[in-house]
Amino acid sequence: MKPRRLGAWLVIVFGVLYFFVPLLGTFEFSLRLLRGVYSVAAYRIVLADPRFAATVTYSTVLALATIVMGVALVVPTAYWIQLRLPRMRPVVEFITLLPLVIPAIVLVFGYLRIYNSSSALPLTGSARTTDLLLMFSYVTLALPYMYRAVDNGLRAIDVRTLTEAAQSLGAGWSTILLRVILPNVRVAVLSGAFLTFAIVIGEFTMASLLDRPALSIISFAITWACMGFIQVFGRGAPGQVAGAH
Amino acid sequence: MAEVAPATGPSSAAPPWVSEVSWAWVGVVPFFVFALMFLILPTGLLVVGGFQDKGGHFTLRNLLDLFQPTILNSYLISIKVSAASAIGGALVGFALAYAAITGGLPRWVRPTLMTFSGVASNFAGVPLAFAFLATLGRTGLVTALLVHVFGFNIYSIGFNLLSFSGLTLTYMYFQIPLMVLIMAPAIDGLRREWREASASLGASTWEYWRYIALPVLWPPLLGATLLLFANAFGAVATAYALTGSSLNIVTIVLYAQIRGDVLHNQNLGYALALGMILITGLSNAAYIWLRGRGERWLR
Repeated sequence: MKPRRLGAWLVIVFGVLYFFVPLLGTFEFSLRLLRGVYSVAAYRIVLADPRFAATVTYSTVLALATIVMGVALVVPTAYWIQLRLPRMRPVVEFITLLPLVIPAIVLVFGYLRIYNSSSALPLTGSARTTDLLLMFSYVTLALPYMYRAVDNGLRAIDVRTLTEAAQSLGAGWSTILLRVILPNVRVAVLSGAFLTFAIVIGEFTMASLLDRPALSIISFAITWACMGFIQVFGRGAPGQVAGAH
Repeated sequence: MAEVAPATGPSSAAPPWVSEVSWAWVGVVPFFVFALMFLILPTGLLVVGGFQDKGGHFTLRNLLDLFQPTILNSYLISIKVSAASAIGGALVGFALAYAAITGGLPRWVRPTLMTFSGVASNFAGVPLAFAFLATLGRTGLVTALLVHVFGFNIYSIGFNLLSFSGLTLTYMYFQIPLMVLIMAPAIDGLRREWREASASLGASTWEYWRYIALPVLWPPLLGATLLLFANAFGAVATAYALTGSSLNIVTIVLYAQIRGDVLHNQNLGYALALGMILITGLSNAAYIWLRGRGERWLR
């Protein structure tokens, strides 16, 4: 047993080195803004940059809108599939996996072809509608994770009994969804939401700010915080988090 | 959600949905409208466009044009980088997951590794490219350290971060954690008794792997490698941030085509996208098939 454990430690140490040295390198580089001395000047500049605040605000609003839209789309659908249309489950599951199969850049290419400014639905025509298209593309990117998280949550509760109980007390569909089903799958929804947040925020490194090393560390810290929240909220519901690029 | 079934009192014998099954599909209409608008139509139009000429007539010309040297080469580089980072990521990721799960390490190692893998598998694009530039670039931390301490410059032996090997090494940063996440359940399914039983029958470690562990694990292993391949194949931000357009992988060619029709033929661009969908689609389909096979043993 002893040499095996030694081997296991060696593998782990190798992994730690591979994963932490680049972070260390970025961090060290971010401190080297001033010649010859280490300083946090890079962070001060980034944090004081009005474009940074604007970008973060924009990304946060976009992420929240994406989450609301994603939840509004996925929860009723997954609920309905579970309750009334179990035969449709394979079809819906297949569709939710498509964003993992079709490269994101291909999807964007398709959007530009359908929604360009000279098409029937010119979503790229103005800044507002471009934001809308951006939100929908993030909903699409997050769909596999969101759907799987919510579906796992729904499988863990007795949807049918809850629905019947609510109906027998006179609840309508909106009451059932908002006040019975949603609170019961909130852990799953939250873990899907944080992952969506991480995906959207991960894109916030806008071109104008690309030359700022401090931003890499900040971006990583935000992703890390989101994943930490998933772990905290998603305890006992493993196997929901897997990334794709 | 549409109102499709009136609330029936608890007195009714049959569940309220039995009589109105024909209307149940209304509830999933929003989802299908969304899927149609943002998944199926955009992809479908590209696929159709790949088979059309400028006048909209059916043609196979675009698909044949994909075999011109520059485009074929970009596919080949993409496939090479994706395959190398998938195989490398699969080997290291499996070793990490196996060590953390069965290596007899302290209890905290495994949850820590899983949490970190969740973070790192989503770490890509500009920040990742930057991290590697700051580490293994010409003036990066490790490069400088090696020169300082050992007087040894990795760039003098032909290493270059902005090349095939550098891109592969960078991709592995999100490939390894993804492998850990996918393989952990499969390794959990590898029962301790199998190892003990084989040991008590006199099997060596090699024989255990050759006749028991690998035959059980190969479908999920190969499947996960294919998923990693598709994952790397679709990546664009990392490669673009790292190498600009100096390494012509297919996603970068497509990116340039989207921005400014560098192929001078819109339909060839659609065919380029079609080729990518075919490649990632095939590897994903194989992954799903292999996963189904693996589940027989790993329960």
